[in-house]
Amino acid sequence: MIRFVPRTRTPVWLSVAVSIGAGLAALALTAIPLALTGAPVFTAFALMAQGAAGNGFALAETLTRATPLIFTGLAAAVAFRAKLWNIGAEGQLYAGALATVALGAGLIEAPSYVLVPLVLIGAALAGAVLLLVPVLFKTRFGADEVVVTLLLNFIVLLFVQMMLEGPMKDEMALGWPQSAPVLDEATLPKLVSGWRLHGGLVLAILAAVLLHVFITRTVWGFRIRAVGENARAARYAGLPVGKAMALVGLLSGGLAGLAGASEVAGLKGYLTADLSPGFGYAGIVVATLANLSPLGVIPAALFVAGVFVGADSMSRAIGVSNYLADLVVAFALLSVLVGGLLTRFRIVFVRRGTA
Amino acid sequence: MPSQGSTCEAPHDPRPLVLSLKGITKRFGPLTANDHIDLDVRAGEIVALLGENGAGKTTLMSILFGHYIADEGSVSIADADGKLAPLPGGSAQAALAAGIGMVHQHFALAENLTGFENIVLGTQSLWSLRPRGRGARDKIARLMAESGLAVDLDVPVARLSVGEQQRIEILKALYRDVRVLILDEPTAVLTPQEADSLAATVRTLAGKGLAVIFISHKLHEVLALCGRVVVLRGGTKVADRPTAGADRATLAELMVGRAIPARERPPSTPGAPVLSLRRVSVGALSQRDRLEGADLDVRAGEIVGIAGVSGNGQGALAALVAGLAAPRAGEAMIDGVRLAGADPAGRVAAHVGRIPEDRHRDGTIGSLSVAENFVLETISAPENQRAGLIRRAAIRARAMEAIQAYDVRCPGPDAAIRALSGGNMQKVVLARVLEREPKLVLAHQPTRGLDIGATTDVHRRLIAARGRGAAVLLISEDLDELFALSDRIAVVHAGHLSPALDAAGLDVRTVGLMMAGHGAGEAA
Amino acid sequence: MWEALDILTQANFWAATIRIATPLIFGVLGALLCERAGVLNLGIEGIFVAGAMSGWLAVYLGLPLWGGVVVAALVGSLFGLVHGVLTVPLGLSQHVTGIGVTLLATSMAYFGYRVAFPNVATPPRIEPFAPLDVPLIGDLPFIGPILAQQTGFTVLAFACVGVLAFVLARTPLGLALRAVGDNPEAVEAQGLSVVALRIGAVMAGSALMALGGAFLTLSAFNAFYFGMINGRGWVCIALTVFASWRPGKALLGALLFGALDAYQLRIQTIAGGVVPSQIFLMLPYIFSIAALVLVARRADYPRALMKPYFKGQR
Repeated sequence: MIRFVPRTRTPVWLSVAVSIGAGLAALALTAIPLALTGAPVFTAFALMAQGAAGNGFALAETLTRATPLIFTGLAAAVAFRAKLWNIGAEGQLYAGALATVALGAGLIEAPSYVLVPLVLIGAALAGAVLLLVPVLFKTRFGADEVVVTLLLNFIVLLFVQMMLEGPMKDEMALGWPQSAPVLDEATLPKLVSGWRLHGGLVLAILAAVLLHVFITRTVWGFRIRAVGENARAARYAGLPVGKAMALVGLLSGGLAGLAGASEVAGLKGYLTADLSPGFGYAGIVVATLANLSPLGVIPAALFVAGVFVGADSMSRAIGVSNYLADLVVAFALLSVLVGGLLTRFRIVFVRRGTA
Repeated sequence: MPSQGSTCEAPHDPRPLVLSLKGITKRFGPLTANDHIDLDVRAGEIVALLGENGAGKTTLMSILFGHYIADEGSVSIADADGKLAPLPGGSAQAALAAGIGMVHQHFALAENLTGFENIVLGTQSLWSLRPRGRGARDKIARLMAESGLAVDLDVPVARLSVGEQQRIEILKALYRDVRVLILDEPTAVLTPQEADSLAATVRTLAGKGLAVIFISHKLHEVLALCGRVVVLRGGTKVADRPTAGADRATLAELMVGRAIPARERPPSTPGAPVLSLRRVSVGALSQRDRLEGADLDVRAGEIVGIAGVSGNGQGALAALVAGLAAPRAGEAMIDGVRLAGADPAGRVAAHVGRIPEDRHRDGTIGSLSVAENFVLETISAPENQRAGLIRRAAIRARAMEAIQAYDVRCPGPDAAIRALSGGNMQKVVLARVLEREPKLVLAHQPTRGLDIGATTDVHRRLIAARGRGAAVLLISEDLDELFALSDRIAVVHAGHLSPALDAAGLDVRTVGLMMAGHGAGEAA
Repeated sequence: MWEALDILTQANFWAATIRIATPLIFGVLGALLCERAGVLNLGIEGIFVAGAMSGWLAVYLGLPLWGGVVVAALVGSLFGLVHGVLTVPLGLSQHVTGIGVTLLATSMAYFGYRVAFPNVATPPRIEPFAPLDVPLIGDLPFIGPILAQQTGFTVLAFACVGVLAFVLARTPLGLALRAVGDNPEAVEAQGLSVVALRIGAVMAGSALMALGGAFLTLSAFNAFYFGMINGRGWVCIALTVFASWRPGKALLGALLFGALDAYQLRIQTIAGGVVPSQIFLMLPYIFSIAALVLVARRADYPRALMKPYFKGQR
């Protein structure tokens, strides 16, 4: 008979080991369908590793892909900590991207030290406001935020398509539904010339560090942790529960909005309706892999980004579908959830006695 | 330690044995919850199982009911022919099939189903296409007539009162033709009348040959109802004797293992009222838990106890004082300031110390550390933060002091509070509340679920707060506790609060009658 | 203006309403079965995808149409087993696990499809369910043509509503399912297994969800497309709350939604050019959110929904 005995505290090494173990377990589980297709399993994984980090260029690609994942991972981490189930980072990302184009593609002309912060603030606000709607529906009407945030993703994407075919359409784009490019003054600088790596990565890492400090060291961070863990006791103690939840909503939505700004102003330069291949949903995986720790989000995002970049490269080389990456990521999420039991409980084997 | 222990066996009894536990031992790590416990129960017998929290009663019954498996020992139960046969461990189905039924303190009822549906749940194959009908109804009707348990079977259980729900629970067991019925603290939630009626039912059932195990810590009930009493302490059986000839003092000593010292309560002269209610009404928290036109003063330097069966309005009173509810009518003042809206933070600022009824749900935040829980209410005070940044070293240092002063047994201030025992968790709550020298203390069921050691400690702290000049409002369902601590006692029934009377002039009987809705004059 | 109202009198409109509603009927029934037992199953979106793909692939590989239906149900129950094991005995977060199951089921379906058809320009097709051509019913005025357009798969959906309603309301199994979603201790105390009941409910519910997906590839269309589920699963979760966990109301909610969707498709062609088409496409999602917000305050959630239960912990 197996018993779960709650742990009084979890050593940091264990959390890290569980995350790494989950990543490895995910690769092992993915090997099963991979082998069933008849593909050479080890070659495929070797090619993936090479494609993700085999050389400087590959590594830079992985870092580029990790940038939005850090933002959406942080968005999920801060929300899930407070038990606000924001599954709408995808929509908030697009809202941020839309705001980036609206502000940065010619509406305002200003030097970059004005325009870049303006664009970032606008994008964060757009994402934040979008999440505030379900948060209000939850606190005012008791409507489950999971469903509302999920459905808002589809509404926002349709809205983006509408804007790209209508008011925001770039007339120079030969009929493609895409926005006008953002001005040079609104563009995030490239980190290394010739590579796609951009300033968004610096912002993402900065955001992770700031969020870590905020949650662990500040009064509001304390309140968010308290409200997330036990809202009843927090209310009894006189903590501002509603305000804390609203703040979580603003932070989470804002971070997801920044992912959109970073992709548009740092990487693509303009907005299309296929800007994000599911960065919002992958953020949930990143946050869970990171055990909802803001600093842990950085390596977790690197892992997920590496899987995607590596799978693309592997797919080009040996023709195995790059949906393999989605498989790895899905398995990683489920593995880390199961592994999380080890961080919360000690597994004790009890002798099945006689009675 | 008294000498009449396990040596004092019951005299020979001609009734047939229905249940026999031999040498039951159960260990949880270093803790031995049950140490070689023997227990025989005969048909028609009402046996009391007496013991403090942690004495091993729950573990023993869980083994009997298949929730745990004993490390050593055996359980035997009489089969249809009356021959004892071993009961396989670890299976609730086997226990049910063998005729063991249990009514838990927290009812195991699906509230969206009717009483009838709850009773027949699980009594036929799940794949059957035809639900139980007339035959089952006839049987239940017969059982109701025999036992005197009358209740509406066709409304959702959620709409029944607590007493009625308990009747459904007992009928559930009877419907399965149980031969051993275990009642776990059955009177904790009942009014005195309901408890009397339950006692009558239990006697009737025992008269028909049912063996009843009655788990309780209320000594007077045990003495009145049960023929034999088994006392557990620290996991071992310390007594197994007829109730005839036993008195409350001996049973209490057996239960605790030492003479219980009378609590010292130095005289105190009350000062000006700190909490003052005039015709105050508080809206319904649940169907019955509301307050109508209550008048009450709690003065500095006195303890005022509120007695009442749970759900009669003490929840609303506690919510008002704690700042969770606003007065709907009337005037409520704390320290001369009129209370308006629901404002828990305002109560903290007004130096009201609040000990909530449920420390897990309302009093602590499990994953936060002991130190963080210690400053939960005061995190924004200057001593705990500077410019929005938490002063971690200062908080930790003060938490260390509190751990020392309140004797909190824990791995340290950084340990998650959920790892602490109930008593130590309550000490952290007490430290949080009392360290700030509150003018008014709300103690709502402050010792529920604690063992005697922790209970004594809580009582000592509350008396000390009174001595320091705090006004203490003690809400409790434990009359012994109320009489031990209170200077004055008021009784709440159906939303109405009686005047607070001098505790010295009251006795348990009078208060019990008032709890059941009889006026003070009528009762006295 | 008259054109807009005229739509309501067209048999085609009502036939489309039923066609759009059918997968949602399956989905809402599946979701309410899981939730009645106390488990939120956000794997629904991915299970729709997996059901659509596996049912279709089975038929493409030579199984009869009803064989494809069975395959889809089996695949759905398999993902239900994953969700059930992780959330019931292990007690993991039902939200995050559900998202994980959706990611897993979706990526497996997409990966499998790409493995089977690495380079196809147009999606391969099958011969889908043919409309039931019941002679007498088809001749009825007005409703005749509406019903004549439906397939056996739709009949199955309506039958499932009746069966589930009967099981929940009238049988010992339904009693146990309703009880386990309200208070698992009541079920355990009566000698029934909470784990078995809940996992069973999640597996059966997931099978129903997969049928919703299979309807799209086997009856409504004749091929599998990426992105064809497009949030239908999530809509079902909202409709489940709207239906207050009752099969009859689930049917009503799905039909209402189907009517709205069918209506917006038709009004698009009338108002096209003036109002962007996306506005109409948003309507079903907005309707779902509105439905959720409208009933949320009064919603009578199963009491034990999303609360993990561990034996002997009281």
